Amino acid sequence: MTEDMSRYPLRLEGDDVPMVRFRNVTKRYGPLVVLNQLDLDVSTGEMVTIIGPSGSGKTTVLRMLMTLETIDSGVIYVDGEPLTHMERNGQLLPASSKHIRRIRSKIGMCFQHFNLFPHMTALGNCMEGLVQVLGLSRREAEERSMELLDMVGLAEKRDEHPSRLSGGQQQRVAIARALAMRPKVMLFDEVTSALDPEVISEVTNVIRRLVGAHDLTMLMVTHQMGFAKEISDRVCFFFNGAVEEQGTPAKLFENPERERTRQFLNAVLDAN
Amino acid sequence: MTYIEFLQVHGSRMADGTVLTVVQFLLATVVAVVVAVLFGLMRLSRNPGVRGVATVYIEIFRGTSLLVQLFWIFFVLPLFGLNLDKFVAGFLAVGLNMGAYGAELVRGAIRAVPRGQWEAAVALNMTDRKRMWRVILPQALVIMLPPWGNLVIEILKGTALVALISVADLMFEVRQINIATFLSVQAFGTALIVYYVLARFLVTPFMRALERFMSRKIGRA
Amino acid sequence: MIEWRWHLVWELAPRFVDAAGKTLLAAGGGYSIAVVLGLVLVLAQRTRFRPLTFAVREFVELIRSTPLLLQVFFVFYVGPQFGLVLSPWTAGLIAIGLHYGAYLSEVYRGGIESVPAGQWEAAKALNLSVVRTYRRIVIPQALPPAISGMGNYLVGIFKDTPMLSVIGVTELMHTATAVGAESYRYLEPYTMVGAIFLAISLPAAYLISRFEKWVRRTLGMVK
Repeated sequence: MTEDMSRYPLRLEGDDVPMVRFRNVTKRYGPLVVLNQLDLDVSTGEMVTIIGPSGSGKTTVLRMLMTLETIDSGVIYVDGEPLTHMERNGQLLPASSKHIRRIRSKIGMCFQHFNLFPHMTALGNCMEGLVQVLGLSRREAEERSMELLDMVGLAEKRDEHPSRLSGGQQQRVAIARALAMRPKVMLFDEVTSALDPEVISEVTNVIRRLVGAHDLTMLMVTHQMGFAKEISDRVCFFFNGAVEEQGTPAKLFENPERERTRQFLNAVLDAN
Repeated sequence: MTYIEFLQVHGSRMADGTVLTVVQFLLATVVAVVVAVLFGLMRLSRNPGVRGVATVYIEIFRGTSLLVQLFWIFFVLPLFGLNLDKFVAGFLAVGLNMGAYGAELVRGAIRAVPRGQWEAAVALNMTDRKRMWRVILPQALVIMLPPWGNLVIEILKGTALVALISVADLMFEVRQINIATFLSVQAFGTALIVYYVLARFLVTPFMRALERFMSRKIGRA
Repeated sequence: MIEWRWHLVWELAPRFVDAAGKTLLAAGGGYSIAVVLGLVLVLAQRTRFRPLTFAVREFVELIRSTPLLLQVFFVFYVGPQFGLVLSPWTAGLIAIGLHYGAYLSEVYRGGIESVPAGQWEAAKALNLSVVRTYRRIVIPQALPPAISGMGNYLVGIFKDTPMLSVIGVTELMHTATAVGAESYRYLEPYTMVGAIFLAISLPAAYLISRFEKWVRRTLGMVK
């Protein structure tokens, strides 16, 4: 079944264009519907946190935005332009890899398991994309990378390989690596889930400093409700592949409207 | 005739043969590595045609005997106008055959690189080619070096077959000595020891050192 | 350029069928020797008698790191030097059985070492005898991981049988070379040999992997 694409705009225009827009996005794995006609907007500079039970599709949202997963229907727009599609003769067609690479350059991502390149030093990891993708000179790349390693407090670890760094340090390098590419949108996918409890704050402190400091749009999936409540502009509760409820942290955590949100929050708070 | 006398008479011939064995081994290894990387990558291609060519190559070379391939290349190819010198036919056949096994090692190692590494390369917006050469292959190399250690020994052993198309390697020389003297234990026994020393005390330690060097370089140690 | 002669193929077919049978016989016979010999070699390496362990270990290494072709010549020609004449078949089977026995002993060793130490300890805690520990506890767990290696070497031994042609075992390769010498035709005989090998080894490899899966399922070790 092919979708009628004519109901989607070729690009988003006007004063109030969101940085990220999911329109009617559906994702299936065989018979399993992971995301069901998702609509979600994220404004420029906004910090949106996604919470929800496992299997609710929250990580899939980030992975689709990073083009690690394809979508089965709908359109994703980034910065006004379609990411998953491109315009050809006034029609939306599936995006070419060239188009995807152009739009993808606006997005950066940090992963649960860091995914640092083990054969490169901390500095090498940060420089890799700058030199190989953006085509910066080694000197420029090193300068920019060192700025960011300094920001995450790891300037002195520049020549260490990931295997010699703690989990918290690795995740901070991964954040520096992603930020070095100067993305407009940053995705944080459960970045503290694989960390020992005592080093979680190393990473959350870095993210905290990003909020407000840059004109950076952020989407975060996390299990840390306290952190979500503290730094988010908006929290989305996902259930069964759709947004069950969303709102400011104060509203969602203090006065959830939906029964499922209440149940989820109670279960999570009980566990802590 | 004592063994010492045997060595005095035939030693230089066997030494010459050993040199040729080592040369055949090195050249065959180069061919095998090139073939392995090429067909290993082709096996992972998204293009079914490219994948199919690689699969057919690998199945043919792994499904028939090295000796059959060697004779085919040396005796049959000239009938189609492709005349190969016996020296070239020798290491080429060994390399093409072992490369097919190596291709499966390359493929397996690439697939063993954690998925997160591919995803991180996508998140940095790398091209497919850069992702492969800068992120995946260096890590795959460390994964595949231990099994390559075994394959390289198989290459060394495989070169003994070139004696059957009269390349004057160690195998060939000791066979000639055996025909001339009937001192089989001395002739074949010496060759066994030479192959053993080459494999156990030169090739294997070299591969181990290479493994250690690469894993240190790649920061896994 | 040379053309392919089908009539030659049909003419040669009966001889090649016969030779293929002999190839399979050599592979089967050699493998039977290897399966048993490999077990002896691995058990000898697990005794506490250090000199024996060391000697067997080095012997296995020697066999594994030297060419089968050389071993075939060695076994065939060394006997007569001491007055013991072996037929090509006997020498060939001994050589190939010895070679693959060394390889199989390593496969067995890998299987046995994959059995967790806790299993040996539990057997000891139950006061099982050594023989019973092997038979009831260790071997059933060591076998499934060994099957893939055993299967690969079964196909391997089949593909190595052409090396027996050099001492006059009349298998496929020997037949093809003989035909070449008689008729000065090399294209058809050598291509036929290749095709026959492919026609046997590809289905064999497939059946072995099916068998491997079946064993895993039967033993409840689905993965």
